[in-house]
Amino acid sequence: MEKGFIVGQTITSSGTFPVVSTLWSNHDRWNTIKVRWSIGRMRYTVEPGIYGVGTPDENSRVFVTANFKLSFDHLRRALNGINAWILVLNTRGINVWCAAGKGTFGTKELVKRIRAHKLENVVSHRKLIVPQFGAVGVAAHEVKKLTGFSVIYGPVLARDIKPFLDAGMKATQEMRRVEFPLKERMKLIPVEIMNGGYWALLVPLAFFIISGLQSMDYSIGRAVSKGSIAVINLFAAYLSGCALTPILLPWIPFRRFALKGLVTGLGISAILFFTGFLGCTVPENISWLLMLAAISSFMAMNFTGTSTFTSLSGVQKEMKLALPLQIIAAGLGLIGWIVTRFI
Amino acid sequence: MIMNGLVYLTDVVTLELDKEKCNGCGMCMIVCPHAVFEIENRKALIRNKNLCMECGACEKNCPEEAIHVRSGVGCAAGIINGLLRGTEPTCDCSGPGSNCC
Repeated sequence: MEKGFIVGQTITSSGTFPVVSTLWSNHDRWNTIKVRWSIGRMRYTVEPGIYGVGTPDENSRVFVTANFKLSFDHLRRALNGINAWILVLNTRGINVWCAAGKGTFGTKELVKRIRAHKLENVVSHRKLIVPQFGAVGVAAHEVKKLTGFSVIYGPVLARDIKPFLDAGMKATQEMRRVEFPLKERMKLIPVEIMNGGYWALLVPLAFFIISGLQSMDYSIGRAVSKGSIAVINLFAAYLSGCALTPILLPWIPFRRFALKGLVTGLGISAILFFTGFLGCTVPENISWLLMLAAISSFMAMNFTGTSTFTSLSGVQKEMKLALPLQIIAAGLGLIGWIVTRFI
Repeated sequence: MIMNGLVYLTDVVTLELDKEKCNGCGMCMIVCPHAVFEIENRKALIRNKNLCMECGACEKNCPEEAIHVRSGVGCAAGIINGLLRGTEPTCDCSGPGSNCC
């Protein structure tokens, strides 16, 4: 549990609450980079509860967020120069949008926190500013009915909080809309790359070892020469699906992510072929093509979960066709490649 | 209207609005991250259904229960997760050690 951002405390009639800094320390920045690479991401949490920013009093606004520290950090940074309260819900270390989808950032938890910390004694007003993505789990009218607090949905991005407040707590259409620009997609790629976990190392390792095999004869030299090429082929296809496709997302034809991944996968395979990678024989080349296309397509399809605009119905529709084809292509490719080890 | 040319599959979305029940409060317009709704003559209308990502925020925040959508995670890994366990699509991010959104 992170605590370094606490810089003091504030005493109210409802109790003493920690006051937090609105600046990011080098420690915060370093941890942000680590979390973006999936390192310790599920344990990057803050204690749920009430925090102060600046010198808050009973008239200060209340901002609600999740106990994923990255969410909390973006909020406190956006509140620089403002006196406010932060109410942190227990989302088990998950960000606002994903937690709201699961219901952990929801009406029940919000009501529970308001009551547990006696928020009605901390502030004299009855308004809460909840991030717009929280609306997936929070029903404003139910919170009002159960606690008397009105939920005002803030902008999608924390950095729009100041203009939102300046406009009298009104968000413009742009602030309400979620975009998915290149910069945002790039930030999410490291997590995609790490998603493969140990498989992303074990599978290439298996290929490397098997590459030493040729017609019942095994040679380490062949494992190194052919195996290195196999490993490069596999990683190229993997990155084609989970890095290149997200980067080029709006510019690749087709709407289905599996098809976008197929396009980049075929492109990467062509480049590998003409630069002397892929295989040595026609059967081997065809086997590689099948496997690389399947890997790239599958990884790209998984990016639907990260993207900000894919619907459940749409993903189910594309998967119904794509998943069996990916499995068949990968299976045929694998069988073909293993058979070429023996002829 | 269409961001960066990023539009997903069309004619699949399950979003429905019962105009009779709508009281024109505009909550759906506020919570929708894709500007699917518009208010016209004190009634909500679905302006761009194909932009809907079925997050369910509008249904959740409609005090008149005028909106219905089969909401859930538009996530391939989540759907595979559900298939393997015989449950609804779930991304299972809550367990310790799991690595997801």
